Amino acid sequence: MRVAGRGIVDRSTPVGFSFDGKEFTGFAGDTLASALLASGQRLIGRSFKYHRPRGVLTAGSEEPNALVTTGRDTDRTPNVRATVQEIYDGLEAQSQNAWPSLGFDALAVNDLLSPFLGAGFYYKTFMWPVKFWEKLYEPLIRRAAGLGALSGAPDLAPREKAYAFCDLLVIGSGPAGLAAALLAGRAGADVILAEEDSVFGGRLNGEALQIDGQPGRDWAAAVLAELQSLPNVRLMRRTTVTGAYDQGTYAALERVNLHRTPPGDAPIECFWRIVAKRAILAAGAQERMIAFRNNDRPGIMQASAVRSYLHRFGAVAGARVAVFGNNDDAHRTAHDLAAAGLTVTALIDTRPDAVVEGPFPIFRGAEVINTAGRTGLHGLSLRHAGGKADIEADCLAVSGGWNPNLALTCHHNGRPVWDEKIAAFVPRPGSVPGLEAAGAALGVFSTRGALDSGANCAKTALQALGFKCPSWEPPEAEEAEPGITAHWAVPGPGRAWLDMQNDVTVKDVKRAAQEGFSSVEHMKRYTTQGMATDQGKTSNVSALAILADTTGNGIPATGTTTYRPPFTPVSIGAMGAGGWGMGFAPQRFTTSHAASVDRDAPMVEVGLWYRPSYFPRTGESSWRESCDREVTMVRETVGVCDVSTLGKIDIQGKDAAEFLDFVYTNTFSTLPVGKCRYGLMLREDGFVMDDGTSARLGPEHFVMTTTTAAAGPVMKHLEFVRQAFRPGKDIRLISVTEHWAQFSVAGPKSRELVNAVLDKPIDDDGFPFMACGAVSVAGTPGRLFRISFSGERAYEIAVPARYGDSLYRLLVAQAEALGGGPYGMEALNVLRIEKGFITHAEIDGRTTAFDLGLQGMISKKKDCIGKTLSARPGLMEDREEMVGLKPVGGVMQLTAGAHLFAATDKPLRQNVQGHVTSACHSPTLGHPLALAFLRNGRARHGETVKMVDHLRKIETLCEVTHPVFFDPEGGRAR
Amino acid sequence: MRIPCPLCGPRDLREFSYRGHAVGLDRPAPDAGETAWDEFVYLRENPAGPTQDLWYHEAGCGAWLVVERNTVTHEITGARLASEAAS
Repeated sequence: MRVAGRGIVDRSTPVGFSFDGKEFTGFAGDTLASALLASGQRLIGRSFKYHRPRGVLTAGSEEPNALVTTGRDTDRTPNVRATVQEIYDGLEAQSQNAWPSLGFDALAVNDLLSPFLGAGFYYKTFMWPVKFWEKLYEPLIRRAAGLGALSGAPDLAPREKAYAFCDLLVIGSGPAGLAAALLAGRAGADVILAEEDSVFGGRLNGEALQIDGQPGRDWAAAVLAELQSLPNVRLMRRTTVTGAYDQGTYAALERVNLHRTPPGDAPIECFWRIVAKRAILAAGAQERMIAFRNNDRPGIMQASAVRSYLHRFGAVAGARVAVFGNNDDAHRTAHDLAAAGLTVTALIDTRPDAVVEGPFPIFRGAEVINTAGRTGLHGLSLRHAGGKADIEADCLAVSGGWNPNLALTCHHNGRPVWDEKIAAFVPRPGSVPGLEAAGAALGVFSTRGALDSGANCAKTALQALGFKCPSWEPPEAEEAEPGITAHWAVPGPGRAWLDMQNDVTVKDVKRAAQEGFSSVEHMKRYTTQGMATDQGKTSNVSALAILADTTGNGIPATGTTTYRPPFTPVSIGAMGAGGWGMGFAPQRFTTSHAASVDRDAPMVEVGLWYRPSYFPRTGESSWRESCDREVTMVRETVGVCDVSTLGKIDIQGKDAAEFLDFVYTNTFSTLPVGKCRYGLMLREDGFVMDDGTSARLGPEHFVMTTTTAAAGPVMKHLEFVRQAFRPGKDIRLISVTEHWAQFSVAGPKSRELVNAVLDKPIDDDGFPFMACGAVSVAGTPGRLFRISFSGERAYEIAVPARYGDSLYRLLVAQAEALGGGPYGMEALNVLRIEKGFITHAEIDGRTTAFDLGLQGMISKKKDCIGKTLSARPGLMEDREEMVGLKPVGGVMQLTAGAHLFAATDKPLRQNVQGHVTSACHSPTLGHPLALAFLRNGRARHGETVKMVDHLRKIETLCEVTHPVFFDPEGGRAR
Repeated sequence: MRIPCPLCGPRDLREFSYRGHAVGLDRPAPDAGETAWDEFVYLRENPAGPTQDLWYHEAGCGAWLVVERNTVTHEITGARLASEAAS
């Protein structure tokens, strides 16, 4: 119900929303929780395990109970905290964990079965028979478990990531945060003030406290107005700082448009990375409950939440309110309610010596021992020195004391310190470098104390930042720190709830200790205390206190579980904003991309690059047909293929040649200008890193080619070798992969085709095999290399990338005039397998030069990277060596990844003798062939082995051959 | 996390890639023997406290750096060019 004259919601602006399909009206400024409470709706959801009826417990982000699903169908979000969600016109919310309805829930039968479902039942009950697990238990549990449900559809809501930098980050805008931000702002520091709530002011909005003789919230509004006027202060509301990371990096989630229908495609959330030189944690404190029998009924709430709903929203959960506490804050609650004209049916204080007067029945040294009202509280029983009493109440405000919100100070593994005086953990100073806690987050609970503490932190921070701290006369405010005597649970029969989100009771925690799970981390996992969306914010300290009591170890020795980011739930969609669809990975296109797409070539991903798979022609019905045609075309006439994706590294300097000698196994200093050479590169551990050709364009100028996949890693490797092992030498490296468009022109008619585009024709005397040099291509300076990856006579022609598209189209047109055309990745692969040329399918990081039969390329005359370890025992003998395979039996299929066995061996793991790395159908030879690694394979040419593909169920008998199937003398390329 | 590149100033971690301990700079002579090479290529300390790593400013100036950091506190106390550390 609403309370006249209270609250700051805008009663002139009604807002319509629905809950479980029923229409409700609240006011602008309401949360879903306050609007529902004001409408008399105390029952909000069902609990996770026992399906107990539950209502609103808190007025903030720590809420364990009031979780709803917002939206509908594919556009819905589960586990939204009703205490955080602001209402807006058209908001739809549904209760969770209830079927068929919130009022009558079939699985509430679990509640009756609770004697059998206590902590650990899972581990004990579903053990046997073993067979039942997969077929029966797991599906059953999966159906019953879970909080809310995802829609199953992709979440396409727009979200953003953003970055911010500041001198001082102030987290929280209660009295401590406002004082700190004000001083730092006046000093001229670059300040960000982040507030989780939709309004600034923290507890000042939820209390009737006075500052300087005016209502606290008016004082806060005045401070805020000044902060808004300062250009060096950024105010971020609806922004929860969720994690403290290294070097002053903080994560924060801003709820940009979750409080309204998002305008257009505006983001609903923004995930911030804030880098702050200093930070002040003024995040306040959270009130904890006292455990007593049936303390989970709708209508039972934190005392502070009752005050928040009264003062901020003008709402209460019922007309008759009882208050139960172990500290002076409980008294404030009773007085505030009475002052608002509500009936306080009892103030129950656990302390016999509590000093309190008021116009309501007061029970000192008393405890609540039970409550009544299954779907909504209507009464309670208490026990006091004189006996027992039954009290009527629709709402019970409970205060078990305050826990400083210190999670962020523990994100670097710092452990909090137990403070007996306030019966709470407080932050350990210096736990996070540059972060200081102030106000209630530090355990300072009075308003004046918070103001002073905020100002002190600001002073320290400003000093460290080199700003002069302005003088400040703190305003008048209450100074009394609330007295408290710890009281965790009321002894007695029945279930007293601790973690309401996971249905953990006092008995569960005690049982965990009795069964040996007496460390706090073990207790957590055995009982599920403190898990799920609220992470036990309202219950962890009580649970560990009860554990400490049961084990007799005491609270300081028991300690807390580990606090990890995020402080409150962060949607994966926010953290990964921009990372789906086209944002997942950059796309790299060659200059011939458009021309390839014009010809309907299917494009395949090669790393980040997109390359044409094949070029279909009319009448061709499969990729194989196109591929076979393209292979034959290259072997018989001429083909054109874009090879620009291969890494190109320009290497210059007096010491460039010696540098290449050091990074390649073979020698490049002897390479004449105008010539190319194939090079092999090892890692320092002796295994092959990469291969490619390098061309010498001048005495001190080389261009190295790397494989497409290794272009980045090789560049990084070369820079390391240059800087670490050749410092001071004259060597300069730069990647020019994207600066040159390079096309392979391969086939018997390749010279004819090249001459068709060169301004000055070449012949074989002037441009023999492995020659390179500058050429003029239709008036443009280019480069020509006579190298071959197909085994045919071939050239690679390179021009600056801006001419790539036109040269490619020209080459293809001229090739077609000669009976040739373009060829794609499939044909390129077949051509190289027929020739036994290797790619990263073969050099997969586990192969040595010896395995490839290239051990002769390791020069004996010089050192090189990897040389020493390539010669160590085990790398040069009894290895799996590269061979060719061709099928000889009835089965003709060869598949990459299949294993090799002796023809008579069983295809078992211990009998494996090698594996297939590349396989294709060779149109040139008319049968399938493959490259493979086979133990001692070079000595086994002619032998028959068995290829077994266990995944595809293929078994093929193969003859072991030399890996070069076609033109072994290499005459065609020359 | 930010690394103070001697050429570019403090830059975000994501501009850098990691290689391993700075022992990677101390390449043994080819004939230094198995133990020396084993230590250079494979054996690494796992210190709790100060250590020196090699980082590559890949999305920046291309410099290899020797970064001093503390594995316990994650504090980064300095960075110098690998080429200067090596010479």
